[in-house]
Amino acid sequence: MFEHKTFSRAAAIAAVAGLAGLAPVKAEDTVKVGLILPMTGGQASTGKQIENAIKLYMQQNGDTVAGKKIEIIVKDDAAIPDKTKTAAQELIVNDKVSFIGGFGVTPAALAAAPLATQAKIPEVVMAAGTSIITERSPYIVRTSFTLAQSSTIIGDWAVQNGIKKVATLTSDYAPGNDALNFFKEHFTAGGGEVVEEVKTPLANPDFAPFLQRMKDAKPDAIFVFVPAGQGGNFMKQYAERGLDKAGIKVIGPGDVTDDDLLNNMGDAVLGTVTAHIYSAAHPSQMNKDFVAAYKKAFGNRPGFMAVSGYDGIHLIYEALKKTNGDTDGTKLVEAMKGQKWESPRGPISIDPETRDIIQNVYIRRVARSKSDGELYNVEFQVFEAVKDLGKTKK
Amino acid sequence: MSASSDVGFHAQRHARWHYGEAAFWLIVLACGFLFPSRYLIMTDILRLALFAMSLDLILGYAGIVSLGHAAFFGVGAYAAGLLALHGVINEPVLALIAAGLAATVLGFATSFLVIRGVDLTRLMVTLGIALLLEALAERFSNITGGTDGLQGIEMQPILGQIPFDMFGKAGFFYSLAVLFVLFLLARRIVHSPFGLSLRAIKNNPLRAAAIGIPVNRRLIAIYTFAAFYAGIAGALFTQTTAIASLDVFAFDRSADLMLVLVIGGTGYLYGGLIGAVIFRMLQEVFSTITPQYWQFWIGLVLVVIVLVGRQRLHYGVLFLPNLLIKQIAGRKAVVTVPESEA
Repeated sequence: MFEHKTFSRAAAIAAVAGLAGLAPVKAEDTVKVGLILPMTGGQASTGKQIENAIKLYMQQNGDTVAGKKIEIIVKDDAAIPDKTKTAAQELIVNDKVSFIGGFGVTPAALAAAPLATQAKIPEVVMAAGTSIITERSPYIVRTSFTLAQSSTIIGDWAVQNGIKKVATLTSDYAPGNDALNFFKEHFTAGGGEVVEEVKTPLANPDFAPFLQRMKDAKPDAIFVFVPAGQGGNFMKQYAERGLDKAGIKVIGPGDVTDDDLLNNMGDAVLGTVTAHIYSAAHPSQMNKDFVAAYKKAFGNRPGFMAVSGYDGIHLIYEALKKTNGDTDGTKLVEAMKGQKWESPRGPISIDPETRDIIQNVYIRRVARSKSDGELYNVEFQVFEAVKDLGKTKK
Repeated sequence: MSASSDVGFHAQRHARWHYGEAAFWLIVLACGFLFPSRYLIMTDILRLALFAMSLDLILGYAGIVSLGHAAFFGVGAYAAGLLALHGVINEPVLALIAAGLAATVLGFATSFLVIRGVDLTRLMVTLGIALLLEALAERFSNITGGTDGLQGIEMQPILGQIPFDMFGKAGFFYSLAVLFVLFLLARRIVHSPFGLSLRAIKNNPLRAAAIGIPVNRRLIAIYTFAAFYAGIAGALFTQTTAIASLDVFAFDRSADLMLVLVIGGTGYLYGGLIGAVIFRMLQEVFSTITPQYWQFWIGLVLVVIVLVGRQRLHYGVLFLPNLLIKQIAGRKAVVTVPESEA
C-alpha cells in the first residue's frame, strides 16, 4: 500500500517535472516570424512574391537556425493600414512573434512602426520604398529599396543621354512623390525640363486620359512610377494610345517593368530604360540558380519583390545566427546592422547608421532574350553601393 | 380587448427588457475579461456592431436601403482624426461626439436626396454620395493625407484619466461603453411612438401618410439620426486604431455592412450585433486558414445562409438551448427568434 502510494507520488512528480520541463523548452525552440502582406486586393502580387520567395529560402536553407525552428505566420492586410496595424498587434500580443516583416505599401509599414518601437521587435520592411520609413522607428530594417536610390540615378542618366523634355506620371502617394521629387531634382539640376506633371490615384487608376495629355505635350520621354503590379496595365494603355509610335520613351524606376509582369507587356515596352535594383536577367550565377529554382517551384519569374523577401528572411536568419538564437529585439536589430551578403540582385549590405539597404543600382533596357524569346530588363550600367539619398542629404 | 389597446399591449410587451437581452450584454461584458489577448478583434467587432446598428435603424425600421453608409463612417473617422491631430479637441469623448455631429450634418443634408425616389434610386444615391466623398478625400490629400492616410495621430487619455494602451484594453471597454449607451438610446427610440410610426411607414408609406404620419419628416429624422451613429462608429475606429485612411469610405465597407445585416437579420437591433460577431469570426477563421483565398469561403457561407434561410438556421442553433430549458425549467422556450424580422 505504502509502496504503491510512493510510486504514484513519484510518478506524479516526474510527470509534473516533465511537463514543466517540456513546455518552456518547446516554446523557446521556436522563433515565430509574422509576415503582414497584401494577399488580396490590388497589391496581391507583391504579397504572393514575397511569400513564395520566403518559402523557397526555407526549402533551400532548412527551417532551423541557431538551434531554433523558424515558424512563419502570414496575415493578409490587403495593403490597408488599419488592417496592418491590427494584424501587427495580434501577431505581437497573441502569437508572440520575434519579428514582423513584409509590408506591401508605405502606409502599412508606417502604421506598424509605433508597435515595433513599443514592443521592441524588429520590423523588416520587404517591399515599401519611401525614404522616411526607417526613420519612424529604431527597430525598422529594410531589405527592399528606396525610391530615391533609383530615381536620382535615372534622373542623371536621362540628362546625360540626350533627354531634354520629360513629362512625369506618378502614383499619388508617398513613394510616388519621393520618386517624382528626387527625379526632378537631379533631372533639372542637369539642365532638363519637366513639361507636364501628372499624379494618378493609387487605387484602380485609369491612365488613358493622362496619357493623352502626355502625348499632346510632346516630351522626349515620360518618367513613370507606378507600384509593382500596375506596370502591365500602364504599358497596355501606353501602347493603345500610340505613344510608342509617337517616339515617346518610357523611363523611370524599375517598378513599371517589374519582372513578373514584363514578359506579357508586348513589344511596346521594348527599349524602355529604367534604373532599378534587380533584374531577373542579372548575370550572376547565384541569380541564375535563384531564378531557376523560383521558376521550378512557382511556375513564373521572380520580380524584385521576391528578391526583397528572399533577402529579408536571409537577414532574419543571419541575425539569429549572430545572437546565437537570442530573440531580444534590440540585440537582433544590432545584429542586423552592418550585415553584408551576396544577394541574387548583387552585393548588398545594411547601413549601420540608417538601417536602410545599400545596394547596386543598375540601368537597364528592355530587350528580347535570344535564348528563350522572353522580354528582360538587360543591365548595361552599374552604380555601386548606392545609399539612400533621401537620408544622406540630411 | 379592443384593437388599439391590443396594439399598445404588444408594443409595451416588446419594449420591456427580456432576460435574454440582459444575458446577452453580460456575456459581451464577460468576454472583455475572459479573452484579454483578443481585445483588438473584439473592439473591431464592437465598432462593426455599432455601424451595423446604424444601418439597421434606417433599413430595418424605416425601410431605407443604402449602399453608401460608409460615407458617414468616413466623415466621423476623418473628423475624429483631424480633431486629434491638430489638437482641436483633445478629450476623446468630446471629440467622439463632435465627430458624430459632423456626420449628422452630412446625414441631414443628404437625407433630402435619399427620401426622394424608391429603393433602386436610393441605392444609387447613397452609393454615389460615398464615392463622391472618397474622391474628395483623395483630391484634398493635403488635408486628409490621401492614400497615405492621416499619420501620427496620438490619442489623449479618455476623460483625461484612462490612456489608450497597446493591447487595446482601454479601447475595448471604451467602445463597449459607447455601444451600450447608444444601444439604450436606439432601443428607447424604436419602441417609442416615433419608432412605431417608422414601422408603419416601412410597411406602407401611402397608408402611413393617410393616417396622418408626416412621412418625409420622419424619414429625414431617422436618416440623420442613423448618420450620427455611423459617424460615432467611424470616430471610434480612428480613436482606437490611431489611423484614418481612404478606405474608411470604401464601397467594401458599405457592402460588408449589408452582409452583416443579412447574417444577423434586420429590425430588432440585435441583428447588427449578432451579425457583426458572426461575420468577423468567419473572416478571422478563414483568413487564418488561408490568407489568400479567404474571400472565397466567406462568399460560400453567405450563399449558403441565404439559400438555407436564416429562420431555419436560427431554429437549428436555438434548438438545443430551448430543449434544455423545456426539460429543466419545464416551460416554454425563452430564447426565440424575433418575430419582427424583415
